[in-house]
Amino acid sequence: MRFLFKTDYEDDIKLFPHSGYVATYGVLLALLLIAPYVLSSYLMSQLVFVCIYATVGVALLILTGFTGQASLGHAAFLAIGAYTAAYLQKYNVPFPVYFLAAGLLTGIIGAMVGFPALRLTGIYLVIATISFALIVEEILARWESVTHGNEGMRVKTLSLLGVAVPRDSPTFYYLCLAVLVLTIVGTLNLLRSPTGRAFVAIRDSETAARSMGVNVALYKVKSFAISAAITGFAGVLFAHKLSFISPEMFTLQLSIEFIIVILIGGTFSLHGAVLGAIFIVMIDPFLTYLKDDMPGIIAGIAATFGAGTAMAGNIQAKVAAFASLNGLKGAIYGVIIVLFVLFEPLGLYGRWLKIKLFFQLFPLYKRATFKRQKIYVKSERNR
Amino acid sequence: MLDFVQQLVSGVALGCVYGLIALGFVLVYKATEVVNFAQGDLMMLGGFFAFTFIGMMGLNYWIGFAGAVAAMALFGMLAERVVVRPILGYPQFSIIMATIGLGYFLRSIAGMIWGTDDLKIETPFSQGVLRMGSLVLAYDKLSVIAATMILCTLLWLFFNKTTLGTAMRASSENMLAAYYMGIPVKRVVSVVWAISAAVATCAGVLLAPITFIHSNVGLVLGLKAFPAAVLGGFGSIPGAVVGGVLIGVIESMAGFYLPEGWKDVAPYIVLLAVLLLKPEGLFGLHVRKKV
Repeated sequence: MRFLFKTDYEDDIKLFPHSGYVATYGVLLALLLIAPYVLSSYLMSQLVFVCIYATVGVALLILTGFTGQASLGHAAFLAIGAYTAAYLQKYNVPFPVYFLAAGLLTGIIGAMVGFPALRLTGIYLVIATISFALIVEEILARWESVTHGNEGMRVKTLSLLGVAVPRDSPTFYYLCLAVLVLTIVGTLNLLRSPTGRAFVAIRDSETAARSMGVNVALYKVKSFAISAAITGFAGVLFAHKLSFISPEMFTLQLSIEFIIVILIGGTFSLHGAVLGAIFIVMIDPFLTYLKDDMPGIIAGIAATFGAGTAMAGNIQAKVAAFASLNGLKGAIYGVIIVLFVLFEPLGLYGRWLKIKLFFQLFPLYKRATFKRQKIYVKSERNR
Repeated sequence: MLDFVQQLVSGVALGCVYGLIALGFVLVYKATEVVNFAQGDLMMLGGFFAFTFIGMMGLNYWIGFAGAVAAMALFGMLAERVVVRPILGYPQFSIIMATIGLGYFLRSIAGMIWGTDDLKIETPFSQGVLRMGSLVLAYDKLSVIAATMILCTLLWLFFNKTTLGTAMRASSENMLAAYYMGIPVKRVVSVVWAISAAVATCAGVLLAPITFIHSNVGLVLGLKAFPAAVLGGFGSIPGAVVGGVLIGVIESMAGFYLPEGWKDVAPYIVLLAVLLLKPEGLFGLHVRKKV
């Protein structure tokens, strides 16, 4: 265990508190850089989605985790980014230009959503962002001159400085990784700046923040704008990865998936967004595994424990039938959300912290270290 | 003119359904300050239960209806016990997520059990229309309107005139204080969930002849019930129904008089406008915060 002795206020806001961080993240980054030469193309594709989801997760974390403004409308921001890219691409606008344009436009729209959201808290904000997302979805389906309606839009291959970057090439992966890393570093810097401090102050207590001289309205709008802009950037990459976009890809379901990303990862740390993204993207390969390999494996286990061939075959058929049930993914989502909310509200990163602390304090670890405090809110109607 | 009245009536009937679902939100919100995002899915499940009793087991409509309501009341209690009670008193975001998860789960499970086809229940109201001059009103729509009126009145009386209702209002106002005053808050919450699941079932069964029953009906209608609840003011029982009716009428009028596409967004535009201009809704209490 390493003790950190802080002797200066500057120590509180260091990007890397000690050299161990540099080493760990350096190794991780190196592993990610050599990944395209090691992993299969399927896993690489999943890794690209992890990068995109993690970028959106970080964006949502700025808004929900650090400013305390819940949003169930981030699929709409992603859609705006994706459609801006697809639309500008038709007029042969170069990638860097439409990439920035998508982020700028989404940021402006985010600020426009943030203004009305100023007066809303808690449940009202959630409902307002849901309605915003539903309205955007409908606009995408109806504004046919721009979005081609429900037919969807084809997205051309990305072309960076005159070189084509196909969506399954290592270069595209590096691009997504670069966006993710820049987002994370940018967010870390944002959070240790006065702006980030103001965000956290607003989350913890709006009244206290205001009395400390924080312009609550301004920072809430800023938070919305920043979060939306990053989501817009991710949207461009998302559009290129899918190479085809249509309104039914950006539904409430996707917004909920983003919320699941930060919920599962843990809403208090950027690590959480990345862990959550890995988790949510890996559900699909897991289901495939469940469908293709699992029945055989279970039947094999049953056979080794003395079950007859007929019985093993029977078990195999039953497992296969279960794995190919229609709504299995939805059910898994539901169960995961409920289990995490009930038993692991700090998310995967919180679990990692608990494990780490257990070994650091080995004989002295107390189970109640991370216990949540009940607050028993008074009626919101009187607030 | 005739078109207008026809649209008005079907809008009111549709709106009553939104109102019934919004009633469920309001009940739970009133008693526990929690918004149940799975309310629409409880309605869907209620419809499936009724289908099982009436369509598959061949019971009498009214017996099947009562059975479904009773079964769903139990289910509501179970859901409260398993999902909500452990996190009561924690930040609202956790509970919103938990109920969203519950909704996901119910939708998928219902799809697995009852399949993905549209199901239909034969009701005593499905045939026949009431003719008033050249105006044609279907009985199934009238039955929805009537049932909404009755349920709304009963619930309003329950909340304002009975001891249990008062206990519910007290526990929503300040949960900890209610504990100290000897109100069994946990049991109160349990009962509230049972009632709201029962109301949702009524909505589901009454709706069955109009929109049919399938596993996504809850999501679609549940989302439409939010504007209703917000318009009426979260936490007001008459408000939920009035809000529902208004939303239903607006939707129906938008579908008739405005270009295609407005029908689906009109409720949400109204919702955003209400949130901007009068967040406490039409019937909501507006109490200034004392610091």
